[in-house]
Amino acid sequence: MAKQIIFILALLTTLGVFAYTMRRIFSFFRLTKPFPLNDWGKRIKVTLKVAIAQSRIFRFPGPGLAHALVFWGFMVITLGSIEMVIDGVFGLHRSMSATGWFYDFVMASGDIMAYVVLISIVIFLIRRLFMHIGRFYGIEMQKKSKLDALIALGIILLLMVSLAGINLSYVQMHPEGYAGFYPVSAKLAPVLFGEGRDLYVLHEISWWSHILLIFIFANILPYSKHFHVFTSIPNVLLSRLEPLGQLPNMESVTNEVKLMMNPDTAFAAAPEGAAAPSRFGVKDVEDVTWKNYLDSLACTECGRCTSVCPANITGKKLSPRKIFVDLRARMKEKGPGLVKDGSYDDGKSLVRDYISEEELWACTTCNACARECPININHPTLIIDMRRYLVMEEAAVPPPLATMLQNIQNNGAPWQYSSEDRMKWAELL
Amino acid sequence: MSNIQVPVMAEAAARGEKPEYLFWVGCAGAFDERYQKVTRAFVKLLHHAGVSYAVLGKEETCNGDPARRAGDEMTFQMQALTVIETFKAYEVTKIITCCPHCFNIFKNEYPDLGGRYEVTHHSQFLKQLVEEGKIKADPKIFSNNTIVYHDPCYLGRGNGEYESSREVIAALQSKTTEMPRNRSKAFCCGAGGAQMFKEAEPGKKEVSTERTEEALATGADIVATACPFCMTMLTDGIKFKNKEEEVKNYDIAELLVMSLGIQ
Repeated sequence: MAKQIIFILALLTTLGVFAYTMRRIFSFFRLTKPFPLNDWGKRIKVTLKVAIAQSRIFRFPGPGLAHALVFWGFMVITLGSIEMVIDGVFGLHRSMSATGWFYDFVMASGDIMAYVVLISIVIFLIRRLFMHIGRFYGIEMQKKSKLDALIALGIILLLMVSLAGINLSYVQMHPEGYAGFYPVSAKLAPVLFGEGRDLYVLHEISWWSHILLIFIFANILPYSKHFHVFTSIPNVLLSRLEPLGQLPNMESVTNEVKLMMNPDTAFAAAPEGAAAPSRFGVKDVEDVTWKNYLDSLACTECGRCTSVCPANITGKKLSPRKIFVDLRARMKEKGPGLVKDGSYDDGKSLVRDYISEEELWACTTCNACARECPININHPTLIIDMRRYLVMEEAAVPPPLATMLQNIQNNGAPWQYSSEDRMKWAELL
Repeated sequence: MSNIQVPVMAEAAARGEKPEYLFWVGCAGAFDERYQKVTRAFVKLLHHAGVSYAVLGKEETCNGDPARRAGDEMTFQMQALTVIETFKAYEVTKIITCCPHCFNIFKNEYPDLGGRYEVTHHSQFLKQLVEEGKIKADPKIFSNNTIVYHDPCYLGRGNGEYESSREVIAALQSKTTEMPRNRSKAFCCGAGGAQMFKEAEPGKKEVSTERTEEALATGADIVATACPFCMTMLTDGIKFKNKEEEVKNYDIAELLVMSLGIQ
């Protein structure tokens, strides 16, 4: 009974803190701009392929496989965690064992995957601590990001050790038979413990540390880059479905251009209700879509985007990963003020104080970053939205591009050629 | 000189004709000296295969792509709405173009402004002509050459079209090779996103140099492209590496014309 009360208190604390965090994050989402959704059939397909089957992550085969194993491991192990919560709340023991073959399947896959995940995590730790992997470095990779990674890996390691502890002690304590099926632990337990059966303490310690670590982990995640664990599947489900080459249209500009091009309305006042947008493009966090912000929360800073970026590879300042690291950090800085007061201004902005013009103008929109991202983050559209702000609100255009734009306006070509010469190529036929 | 008369939409309309395709030449195709050759090569192929087409000629104007990529949505949309009006006047329904940037913007972005067309990149169109047997490459012409193909971003990653150019090249029956970074992992030439019209930001090297080095390392003697900007960047890159004698940069349309011997 005492154990049950402690468990329920721990669970309520976890849920309470989690609810507080989620409320805070949702209040930030309310500051953002719309991002229309459609075609749910295609969305489900993309989710099955990219999230569940982990198709994108295998583009880097070695670490990709290790990640996919951790992901699939989590999926089956989570089923076991649900049973632990039910057991804890109602003071039961292996409450789902009545489901028969299903229970055997869940426990067996969870048991195997616990060791598989454990090995993968050790590989990840070795990569982080002892190998110099280029994409783990970069100007946006601050100490916090490295610490985040090690904390998450450390907790997952302990989660798997404690899960193994539960399974090992459980099978060892019941030589006469037990619920579920534990292919690895059943083989390993006699090796570790011989004939020793008195493992009640180990079982209790493992059980409690496993479940309490889950509770702690769940509440650390939203404050670290590993919020990814919760946000990446929704992020894939809500991906941009258009071809990567396609940029979103600016309706607000279409309305203005149509008014300008129609001789009847060119000099008339704008019709009522057609309120001009507060700003063209993206200057700061209140200008981004909710999907841009979700991208920033889902990014776990793996750096695949930056590692394939032609600008970054050739030494330019641009790093696609930094765009989303900056967006998240800027929302954390400005969001609370904006939630209290919609016109809050701290004199800073995402463009310039976080992301420089130099970075924005270095992008070739080649879409290598977006194609590589394992969770369908879209960097180029946000980069272009920031260019739109620079050009349309501030006329801050690099001089050669200003010339190019002038040429298009004056003579209908990005170079200074007359449209009269448009057929000259045919003279040599 | 082959005395090809390039049909122009306005003249065709005056004659009461309605060509099946609009061949969108594009600004690079019309003005860039190097890419004019590609435009001529493609037109020769159109005539060779007996395709019903016309160009807009002096009525063509920039479709606004570099403006949009440079963040100037206003200039883009002004251009786009103008172009859509012109297309409407000639009842254009099918567009072919040699430029992946023009291809992308017509196919994906004009529908948002009310312009809906069946848009084909010349690599796709040529692949089809080859498949239908309307273009039969002479296998002897390139039998001693090795061709490596560079994927234009707006054709490849941008629109998922990786194979049509490769199939056209396969029809030449040359030796072929691939760069380590190909198809969806292809490395950009450095010109996209309006980079074509500005200096690069400070860095260790030019994007085009990095890509050229990768192409040269394959040992191929022909670098094939299907994009005017890629052509400029790679041609410059090959010159920068002092390899212009040994390694040539051609568009797939030029390669087909050479293999037909209709120069």
